[in-house]
Parts: sequence; C-alpha cells; structure tokens
Amino acid sequence: MTHDKDRLLSFYHRMLMIRQFEERVKMMFLEGIMPGTIHQCQGQEASAVGVCFALNEKDVITSTHRPHGHAIARGLSVESLMHELFGKSTGCCKAKGGSMHVGDLDQGMVPAIAIVAGNIPLATGIALSYKMRREPHVAVSFMGDGAINEGAFHEAVNMGAIWKLPVLYVIENNRYAASTSIEKMTALDKLSDRAAGYGIPGVTIDGNDVEAVYEATQAALAGARAGDGPTLLELETYRITGHSRRDPCNYQPPEERELAVKREPLGRFTGKLLEAGLATQAELDEIAAAVETEIDAAVESAKAAPEPLPEDALEDVFA
Amino acid sequence: MSNEPRTLMYREALNEALMEEMRRDDTVFVMGEGIAERGGSYKVTAGLLAEFGEKRVIDTPLAEASFTGAGIGAALTGMRPVVELLFIDFALLTLDQVINQAAKLKFMTGGQGNVPFVMRTQGGTGNGVAAQHSQSLEAIFYHAPGLNVVMPSCPHDAKGLLKTAVRHNDPVIFIEHKLLYMNEGPVPTDDYLIPFGQGDIKRRGSDVTLIAWSNMIPRSLTAADKLAAEGINVEVVDPRTLVPLDKELILDSVRRTEHVVIVQEAVRRGGVASDIASIIQAEAFDYLDAPIEIVAGLNTQIPFNLTLEAACVPQEDDIIAAVKRAVYA
Ligand SMILES: Cc1ncc(C[n+]2csc(CCOP(=O)(O)OP(=O)(O)O)c2C)c(N)n1
Ligand SMILES: [Mg+2]
Repeated sequence: MTHDKDRLLSFYHRMLMIRQFEERVKMMFLEGIMPGTIHQCQGQEASAVGVCFALNEKDVITSTHRPHGHAIARGLSVESLMHELFGKSTGCCKAKGGSMHVGDLDQGMVPAIAIVAGNIPLATGIALSYKMRREPHVAVSFMGDGAINEGAFHEAVNMGAIWKLPVLYVIENNRYAASTSIEKMTALDKLSDRAAGYGIPGVTIDGNDVEAVYEATQAALAGARAGDGPTLLELETYRITGHSRRDPCNYQPPEERELAVKREPLGRFTGKLLEAGLATQAELDEIAAAVETEIDAAVESAKAAPEPLPEDALEDVFA
Repeated sequence: MSNEPRTLMYREALNEALMEEMRRDDTVFVMGEGIAERGGSYKVTAGLLAEFGEKRVIDTPLAEASFTGAGIGAALTGMRPVVELLFIDFALLTLDQVINQAAKLKFMTGGQGNVPFVMRTQGGTGNGVAAQHSQSLEAIFYHAPGLNVVMPSCPHDAKGLLKTAVRHNDPVIFIEHKLLYMNEGPVPTDDYLIPFGQGDIKRRGSDVTLIAWSNMIPRSLTAADKLAAEGINVEVVDPRTLVPLDKELILDSVRRTEHVVIVQEAVRRGGVASDIASIIQAEAFDYLDAPIEIVAGLNTQIPFNLTLEAACVPQEDDIIAAVKRAVYA
C-alpha cells in the first residue's frame, strides 16, 4: 500500500459511509417509509471514492440514476442526501429531485441525470467552459456500461477528444444494464477499447481496488490538466444489490455473484488494511461507530424535517 | 364458444394483444430494453420470449434513437415491429426517427412505402419518480402530422386498440400510463378490434360533457360519481385515440349537455385539451352555455415529493370544482 495511513483510512471511512448509507436506505425503502425508487451502489464504492478523492475542490462530476455513492464521495453530507430521499424541503434539491437527481453544484456535483448517458454531453460542455475561460478544473462524467451504447456517449466523447478538453469519462462497468448482461449489448471484451475510435487513451483497471482507481484517476487528470484531452477510464466492478427497488437479481448467475461478493471493495480493503498492520480492528470499529452515529442522526433529522409547500412546485421553473 | 368477459389487468390485456397478434402474423416482432427474459418493467411482454423466441422478442442495447429507427426501417420493408420505450421521457431521444422519419416517409416518397410501426410507451405521474420519469408528452406526438396517438384508459380498450395498432399501416404512438397497469376490467374472450377514431362514452350524463383520456378517465369517473350525489350528471367521454380524434362523438355530446370540461394530466400550455377546446368552440359554439373549462397539469416540472407531485396534476377535487364552475357559470 503506497498511500499514507490518513489517506487510507479516509478511503475506508468514505467507502463505509456509502455502504452503510445504502444499506440503511434500502431497509427504510423496503419498510415503505421512503417514496419513489432507488438505484443503489453497494459493491461499487471504490470507484466513487477512488475517482472523487483524486479531484480538486473545483472540479465537477456529472452522475447517473445511481448517484448516492458519487454524492457521498464528492462530499455531500449524508444529512442533505437523507433529507432529499425523504422528500423534505431541507434536502440537497429541496425535494424536487429525490434519489435519482441528488447533487450540489457548490460541492462539485451537477444534480444527477437519470436519462442514461444524458450526463455525458454535460461533462463535455463543462470542460469546454473551463477551457474557454482557462480555468484549471476538470469535468468527470460517470456512466454505466449500458450508457456507452447511447449515441450521446459517442458524440460527447468525440467532441471531448477533438477539442482536447479537460474531461474524464469514467465507465463503471458492473456488467449489467438493469437486467441485461453486457455480453448482449456489446461485442467488445474491453469497453475501454472504444477509446481508440476517438483517438484518446483508454484504460481498464480493477474498479474494486480503491487505491488503483485513485491512481488511475490521478494520471488521467494530470493529462487532462496538461491539455492532453480526455481519457476513457473503465472500472471493472459489480453491483451486489438490486438494479432498483425490490430487484431480486435473478439474472445474475449465483456463481458469478458469489465471486463478486468475495471481490467487493470494502471487505477487500478492510482485509488489506488489517493485514498490512495499517489499522487495528479497534480503529476500524471506531470509524464504523462514527459512521453509524452520523447516519442515525441524518435519519432522525430527516424524519423531523419540514415538507415542502405545494406552491414550491412553481418555484425554480422558468414558466 | 362463449364470450363471457373475464377480468384482466391492463397489463395482462396488453400482453394478450401482443400474444394474439404475434401468433396471427409472423412479421410482428417486439423490441426494447429488458423486454425478453425480464418481460418488461410492467410485465407487458412477459411470456413472449418463451413462445416466440429471441428472433422475434429482442432485447436491445440502451440505444433508443437507433432501435426505434431500426424498427422504422424494418417496418418500411415488410415487418410489423412493436418497439417499447420504457418511459415516454426516453422517447424524447427518438424524436428524429419518429417525427422526421416514421411520420414522413410515406408522404416524402409520394406514397411508395408504408410504415406499420408501433411505439409502445408509458407516461404520467404517480410514483414519485420525479421530473425525468413522470411526464405526459402526448402533445408532442399529437402535434406531428402522420402519427396515430392512442391512449387507452382501461383493459378492454388497451387490448382492442393495441391489436388495431399492430395491424395499422401507419405509425402508431401507443401511450400507456404507469398507474393503470394494475387496474382491472372486463375483457371479452373473443377476438376483437377497436377502430381508431372511435371514442367511447364511459358514463352517460345530461348536464356536462367531460372529455378526458388515459389515467384521467378513472379519476374523472370517481369525480362524476361524487357529483351525481350532488345532482350533477356528468357525461364522461374518452376519445381513446387523440389522432384520429372522434370529433363527432364529442360534438354530439356537447350539443346535448351544452357544458364542457376537458381534463388532461399534461401541462396546460400547448396541450391537446386546448386544441379540443378550439375544435368545440369552432364547431359547436352556439350550443355552449358556459366557457369551456380546462383542468390540466401546472406549467412546471414534476417534483419528487409526493405532495408536490399531486399538486402539479389534476386531482379529483380539481375536477369536481371545474365541473361546478362549468355548470353553475
Ligand atoms: C435513456 C434511458 N434509457 C433507459 C433508461 C432506463 N434505465 C435506467 S438505468 C438503466 C440501466 C443502465 O445501465 P448502466 O448504464 O450499465 O448503469 P447501471 O445501472 O449499471 O449503473 C436503464 C435501462 C433510462 N433511465 N434512460
Ligand atoms: Mg451497468
């Protein structure tokens, strides 16, 4: 492990925060006390944290229908997210967005876009604005493996490439688009091979290794900031929860799933920390307790928070 | 064979329509996201893969514009595709193919080719799925010449209209509603078709003509029951197909009741309700006893919060109030 202990523990803390947030939300959702639908990211914590921790404060990410992990990794508080998921006016999007649209521009996250691939051109455009104004920031677009088959992906990445924009295109390849496996949707083995079609570098790495993700992101960001243009970064991962609410995942073959559970990022990273003697179980327990306390508090305050007023429906819309 | 109607859910009725049409005509095939093994989000295509196989029940990549376009191309060359767009919000990605290609090919080629293409999709509010999954966008398709626009409100109509859609030689935009899939209703056992351009009176009444479609029909019928208790008899007219529109059925009702309320879930501005109102005032002005009332969605986005969501689309109370305004004006 090449990083110092503080950084490693901060990776651990944030990945655990995402995992526990998702688990708590799932429970409340199944109890029926949360409205709407949810797309969760258990098993994909390393990609969110590895990428976002490599960013500078003013960099901006665009996210998808599966945004909770990205938001927490980017630094949105679990409180503002929990309030949003409960549909309270104190949520990060004032109860207008809900689970699929969480975000906070001040924290470097465009409210998530639930139209698959709809967020990719936005990242290209954000990068264009940085380049035009000679600002040193980078835009990052997260996307799923399914999104790369949309026309918007192709068009947006191509523009990023020809204009050498400071943008990073990150594919979180969890092998499925909803219930459809990746083999049915592309003839490629390696999704980053698409990069050649745009004349940009393509990199595929283990997306469940938070350190590797962090380092690969750093390298790509350095290129982007230096004016070399975009990178297509494929992070291989797996979703160990349903696609959306109440999905039994019976399209995931049991052997594949078992293997994926063994490779999930949080357990692996915990093992690594303990084996390398970089943290004691007691230290990790302390972090876990703090995470629980923060989530408990977020749930309690969200339940007590005010509902929006009907007239708020006409606010923030140009009509 | 007896033709005792059974009770089916809206989604089951749609499923039966597809099954029957695929058995009848092997040029019919279905295509969309997660429709084969998974049977679609609302189970409308459940069981099709088992019976008809992968060749006719196709899971596509996430590529709405192009699988729609592929359906249109296949239609032009002799197939009868039924393409599913999971949410009408995603159908916005297909507008070039639908409006510039499907709707125009017959015209631009001087009548050389037909496009027997069906897009099944689903819209509306009700689940707290926010601004990108809740829109009512029928007006966009209604606006474009060359497209049939179908919006069934009950299982019986859903089945009969979908079968007609599959057999139609011009493109059909078939818009379901997410809150209707589990609704039950009687469906005949025998084969039947419902012609396009033939509306249906869902409730007879003498005091006011209420025109609505899709999920606004059940809501309006409940409102009408409550109004009946107060002595107001509402006639509920469901055009079922917005294009072609059954003008005669509407005008005939208006001439009898002399009062009109039009209810649409879609936002008020630029909606189909305004267009129907303009037709009525042009063709039955002398019969009107009061201004036409339109109850519609607010000109805003659909918010996530359920209370806010409800505030954005017509509710029973809004319908009742509008009927009273029309009748007591
Ligand atoms: C344009 C569009 N098409 C379809 C959908 C429905 N949908 C939501 S998520 C999803 C699967 C996306 O798969 P992927 O891009 O791999 O992301 P993942 O869900 O695996 O994170 C689909 C089909 C959508 N939201 N937008
Ligand atoms: Mg995926």
